[in-house]
Amino acid sequence: MTAHAIPAAPVKARRPWVVHSVLPGFGLSLGITLAYLGAIVVLPLVALAIRPWELGLNGVVHALAAPRVAAALRLSFGLSALAALLNAPLGVLLAWTLTRYEFPGRRILDALVDLPFALPTAVAGIALTAIYAPTGPLGSLAAKVGIKTAYSPLGIFIALVFIGLPFVVRSLQPVLQDLDKEVEEAATTLGANALQRAVRVILPALGPSLVSGVSLAFARAVGEYGSVVFIAGNLPGKTEIAPLLIVIKLEQYDYAGAAAVGLAMVAISFGSLVAINGLQLFLARRGKA
Amino acid sequence: MPENSLPTADTDAQKRGKSPLSLEISGISKSFGRFPALNDVSLHARDKEFLALLGPSGSGKTTLLRVLAGLERPDAGEVRFAGEDFLSLPVRSRKVGMVFQHYALFRHMTVAQNIAFGLTVRPRRERPSKSETADRVADLLKLVQLEDLGARFPAQLSGGQRQRVALARALAIEPKMLLLDEPFGALDAQVRRELRRWLRELHDRAGVTTVFVTHDQEEALDLADRVAILKDGRLIQLGTPNEVYEKPADPFVYDFLGAACRLPGVIEGGRLTVADWESKAPADAPQGRVDVFFRPDEVMFAPLDGAGLAGEVKAVVQRGPDARIECLIEGRLFELEARGPGVPSGVAPGLSLRIKPLRPKIYAAA
Repeated sequence: MTAHAIPAAPVKARRPWVVHSVLPGFGLSLGITLAYLGAIVVLPLVALAIRPWELGLNGVVHALAAPRVAAALRLSFGLSALAALLNAPLGVLLAWTLTRYEFPGRRILDALVDLPFALPTAVAGIALTAIYAPTGPLGSLAAKVGIKTAYSPLGIFIALVFIGLPFVVRSLQPVLQDLDKEVEEAATTLGANALQRAVRVILPALGPSLVSGVSLAFARAVGEYGSVVFIAGNLPGKTEIAPLLIVIKLEQYDYAGAAAVGLAMVAISFGSLVAINGLQLFLARRGKA
Repeated sequence: MPENSLPTADTDAQKRGKSPLSLEISGISKSFGRFPALNDVSLHARDKEFLALLGPSGSGKTTLLRVLAGLERPDAGEVRFAGEDFLSLPVRSRKVGMVFQHYALFRHMTVAQNIAFGLTVRPRRERPSKSETADRVADLLKLVQLEDLGARFPAQLSGGQRQRVALARALAIEPKMLLLDEPFGALDAQVRRELRRWLRELHDRAGVTTVFVTHDQEEALDLADRVAILKDGRLIQLGTPNEVYEKPADPFVYDFLGAACRLPGVIEGGRLTVADWESKAPADAPQGRVDVFFRPDEVMFAPLDGAGLAGEVKAVVQRGPDARIECLIEGRLFELEARGPGVPSGVAPGLSLRIKPLRPKIYAAA
């Protein structure tokens, strides 16, 4: 009987909740991760969450119930959602065109999609305003048929569509690229026409990444400031977005009121992201599990 | 009555030879850019025949299959199916069941939804009712022996199961022709062999003309009624498995269908001379310089004073009842094989002996 034939007595794990890894440095790297996330993300959020209560519960409710604040929140979230929803079909179409067809200038178009990412938002705002203002080329056309673009909610909507588009396109492109050609061919041999292939084979495959692209576009639009303030006109209660309202309150030294609006935005954003993630999880689980 | 609703095949005699032509391929050519993938390929398949397209990669066999499916448009040539011009039909109207090497299942659909797909995309007038579709799916699940897995997703199945789902999906549309593109290529050897036998039974029961693409000669010879051998986009030979194996049309086919040994020789005045071995040349053999081929297991070992090629044994590897005998013949090393009772006694490394090919095949020297 040799020693190695006897199974080693199980060593009682010092930290049974940690899955053992062969890589050293777990303690150090987790420590840095926690410290960094704490300082960069958690601390400011905690500060934001604490600040408004200086006003007391009634004060916070009062601050948020003010018609100007409620209108700004409704405008920001409503238009962001609409813009993200419009970007969904358009983003699919753009991603489709850029990945499925080969044509001269495709690469240039592809690069153009990134422009809203790359442009400083204030520059984008000035450019959009110049075009959609009542004196601008598109704005004057729209004015002729009685539509006010700049300095109206429609103008804000246009700006939010503009900045959200790349998120949707860029989330979809890799998925469309990797889509197995044979799967579509199989659908064709089984008798599916082009529409049936798109709706029943391709779109379901895009589902999870479409949801994630749209939610990114939505999140970005909610926080967008630079490109919107120029085109919005900023009429209190009409075309004033929530981030602008925060800036205005800060300028009036109403720090607690600004934090209250901020907290409301975080709460709504967080709620919608949880809902979107749930949807995404559901979509992604179909066909995997 | 079989347990499925598919029509049963007719008797063997009817299937082989007497039934009418169903698939006629004539003069098909196709090139991708400057690369010719198919070059004037013509062949026929009979109704309910199981035809294998066999060839190395790049031989054009998959391209030919895709032409039949309508996924590729040939540059020239004609395809007729049951007399009908097949090329003018769009893919959707051809009613061919195609099975792909990597299954190409719809990942977001359950197994049952995958199988029903071909029925649910039909125009409303021709679409079977929900309950008819469900019955048909149940029948097909039974046929491919996956009764209990209808609610699973493809990702939850093994490779062999996925390929059976793909086959059931293709059969659901009651195809006029079944096209299989290396359907077992991605599976391991054990599963391949099982599915091979099963596929043949399925073919016989379903009674559809089947075209099967493979690069595995064993699979083709084992499974098909007839084998078409392609090389560089050309049809080299077409015949029953036994015909192509016994009478390979050229050295390429001989080499492709199994292990081959090759030696140069000369035929003069009805006598074949290979190295120091002289024998009577077969009547149909070419004259002059020739290449002599033989299978490494179709040889007889004889003592030095017997007939055959002089050789020297270099190594003997015994594997159960069989043996691999490495022999130096004419300065080249050949790996010969002896099976079971054919293993000669007393053969050991260093021994000089004579090796007589039992059934040499002779082709004019290249």
